[in-house]
Amino acid sequence: MNGLLSMLRGNVRQYGMIIALAAIVILFQITTDGVLLKPINVSNLVVQNAQILILAIGMVIVIVARHIDLSVGSVAAFVGAVCAILMTKHDVPWFLAVVLCLVLGAVIGAWHGFWVAYVGIPAFIVTLSSMLLFRGLTLVVLEGATVGGLPEDFKKIGNGFLPEVGPDTGLHNLTMIIAVLVIAALVFLEFRKRAAAKKYNFEVLPFGLFVLKLAVLGVVIFYFSYLLAQARGLPIVGLILFALIAIYTFIMNRTVFGRHVYAVGGNVEAATMSGVNTKRTDFLVMTNMGLLAGLAGLVTTARLTAANPKAGVNFELDAIAASFIGGAAVTGGVGTVVGAIIGGLVMGVLNNGMSLNGVSIDWQQAIKGLVLLFAVAFDVWNKKRTAGGGGAGAEASESTAPPPDELADEIAAMERDLPGTEALPPDRTTT
Amino acid sequence: MAQPILEMRDITKKFPGVTALSDVNLVVHRSEIHAICGENGAGKSTLMKVLSGVHPHGSYEGEIVFEGNTVEFSNIRQSEAAGIVIIHQELALIPELSIAENIFLGNETASGGVINWDEANHRAIELLARVGLRENPLTPVKHLGIGKQQLVEIAKALSKEVKLLILDEPTAALNDDDSQHLLDLLKGLQGRGITSIMISHKLNEIARVADQITIIRDGKTIETLDVTAGDVDEDRIIRGMVGRDLEHRFPDHTPDIGGVMFEIRDWTVMHPLDHHREVIRKANLNVRAGEIVGIAGLMGAGRTELARSIFGRSYGSRNEGTLILNGKELTLSTVTAAIEAGIAYVSEDRKGLGLNLLDDIKTSISSAALGKLVKGLTVDERKEVLVAEGYRKSLNIKAPSVTVGVSKLSGGNQQKVVLSKWMYTDPQLLILDEPTRGIDVGAKFEIYGIIQELARTGRGVLVISSELPELLGLCDRIYTLAEGVVTREFDRSEATQESLMRYMTVDAR
Repeated sequence: MNGLLSMLRGNVRQYGMIIALAAIVILFQITTDGVLLKPINVSNLVVQNAQILILAIGMVIVIVARHIDLSVGSVAAFVGAVCAILMTKHDVPWFLAVVLCLVLGAVIGAWHGFWVAYVGIPAFIVTLSSMLLFRGLTLVVLEGATVGGLPEDFKKIGNGFLPEVGPDTGLHNLTMIIAVLVIAALVFLEFRKRAAAKKYNFEVLPFGLFVLKLAVLGVVIFYFSYLLAQARGLPIVGLILFALIAIYTFIMNRTVFGRHVYAVGGNVEAATMSGVNTKRTDFLVMTNMGLLAGLAGLVTTARLTAANPKAGVNFELDAIAASFIGGAAVTGGVGTVVGAIIGGLVMGVLNNGMSLNGVSIDWQQAIKGLVLLFAVAFDVWNKKRTAGGGGAGAEASESTAPPPDELADEIAAMERDLPGTEALPPDRTTT
Repeated sequence: MAQPILEMRDITKKFPGVTALSDVNLVVHRSEIHAICGENGAGKSTLMKVLSGVHPHGSYEGEIVFEGNTVEFSNIRQSEAAGIVIIHQELALIPELSIAENIFLGNETASGGVINWDEANHRAIELLARVGLRENPLTPVKHLGIGKQQLVEIAKALSKEVKLLILDEPTAALNDDDSQHLLDLLKGLQGRGITSIMISHKLNEIARVADQITIIRDGKTIETLDVTAGDVDEDRIIRGMVGRDLEHRFPDHTPDIGGVMFEIRDWTVMHPLDHHREVIRKANLNVRAGEIVGIAGLMGAGRTELARSIFGRSYGSRNEGTLILNGKELTLSTVTAAIEAGIAYVSEDRKGLGLNLLDDIKTSISSAALGKLVKGLTVDERKEVLVAEGYRKSLNIKAPSVTVGVSKLSGGNQQKVVLSKWMYTDPQLLILDEPTRGIDVGAKFEIYGIIQELARTGRGVLVISSELPELLGLCDRIYTLAEGVVTREFDRSEATQESLMRYMTVDAR
């Protein structure tokens, strides 16, 4: 139990919002007499929040890079409108229209990136301009009217589900198969990560807790999939969303580009002096946000089965709120894709639960506003608390744990290749 | 002699881990110009902060007597109310506001919270006349040159009924005419009964205007020289400033020096904002393989600016001159290009430019050479750990693991992380800017060892340091820099603290 407590204490930032999300889910599950977790409602939750979650992925990256994007709602509306016009007025095949519109989104993002990175205008101003610009252009393109009559295949992007396969089990088979595969992959990756961490003598969870964590994660994913499978199966947007989460988590954690985003956000001067092309990093971050805004626009248009001049209003605020609730720092350098998704789910479940409880839309707004403030206040308080006693006292102990013996040979081999250490005496660890 | 206006008795000021001042005594007489001299970091600015209440009463030991009364200032407002005004090296004017608005900022001529601008402007004109500045008080300060801004600061001080005026490096950023005018003004104010304390590195100016000179070294008062009694020249001041033994220890080192591997010729660098101001003028210097070369210069001499202009032009708006590395003339216009060419720069500002304090040890070490760790699409985190462990071992970085955040390390260990980061880029030339600043003695010794071993592997090392004993102990050759000009080149054998200080303080332009 002590281990669990100290682990929680050390990772409040990471686990705090997961616990908050679980608490909100349980709360509404009780107050709605179990409606919240009814299969059809869970299915709706995913479909209705997908576009915000897609935007939150891009937004958290923008925020980590110490910028902001206020234009994503307008850009989503504009790209959705152009797509609808292409398909209905110009008979462009739906898949070609989708590709063209994703490119359009990326081009709009590149426009922002150009002004932010190479001209040096704050992203707040550039994207505030685009928020107005593309809202206006949406009205121009749609001539102020709603454009419907979209191809059925296109609408499936927003409303469709994975096809039924195999025997009738009462459940959606494909969904359950995917769930099992995802759980297996997660367990495999987590075990591999743990093995590597142990090999390098990094701190790891005690084995019992590690298994408990995996078990909880597995049960949650399995139960979630089970609920979806009881309804209509995994929505296509859900599949897109999960793929994006996996891809962007990989990019942010494992690639050079991801490292550069965190470096630029953490200390842009130090990044510049380390040879990071900070302008290109900023440019790509903004471009990527445009691409995801375009995708969100397509998903929204498909789900609403029409392009609407008012689509996407306030999307930017929801995506920004999701990022901050999920632990991103206003000053940049801190934030994760998974955190933003959890933040987005907190907002989504709040919306849904309050609606089910008959809370009016005006009160919902007010409550969400306070949740955002308190979530960030909690984070700030928590940061101060862990940094408490600061100054010299906060220094790490200077005890030097040697790396494990199995690694000694590898490190020695590596050391021979390390520039600058050639002439150093062979063993200096003993002091 | 007039009676003392100020006596500071046995002032001791400690910061965590460092004693900045120990038993400092300062006696300033009414209506004199009193200069305070000392090397960078000797404790001059700290002493003035104690006097002006920036370091409040209670945070130091000792007693301050001002105009016969013991005073205990707990903030700047209180010291200003008593008539002590400090003008900092970085001017505290607001560029967008007018001269008059700046003069009365925080001290507005107001009744009931409403400012009477007619009266304020009228008073501003009087004050400007007293400092000899003929400008419209409504002119925004940003339109004034740095010399005139300095005068506005003095006018601001006069508006506060100043009795004791403290100037920290008042002429550091001024040209000759403006400096001359400022010094004349100080003499004029002296005639009207205003006492001045002046901190300056320009010994010729001090010798000209000061009545008394107090020398501080390593946080202690060394002596007070009476200029009015005669017999004080620049040599005498220098002897007081540096007069200590080589108390630093250095690892044994036998240099093995090859041919010239790095050279700059007629290197001129322009100020990033003022495209006509030469921060570095026609500098020539070279580094040979296996050689440790020092750059000695006082603050503001352009040491860091020179280093950063070499490192991919990360400082300056325009560069002229030739850069030759390993026999090839190169144009390095970005930091990336400089790193690829084999130049590394360890900044003096470890936390601002050297490290991302959110990072851990391993990501910090790999951050300047991530390209070497790419495997397919990803960063090879396995190799990254091995690299970090390798440096942790060979440089003796004291931390429980390479996943410890760099913000939690001591200064010495942080500096070893930064050195590892640059060693991993496999540089030919390392530029080390104040490599031991803020580092305790034990770690200093280790870092000297690392520097010497880098040279032993045939690399060239350029060391910038404010500590002359460090340069004398470490370097094979030393260049002195004053006002952006390389004033002399010293061989290890001929350099002494006195001779270096002479060429660091020489009037170079």
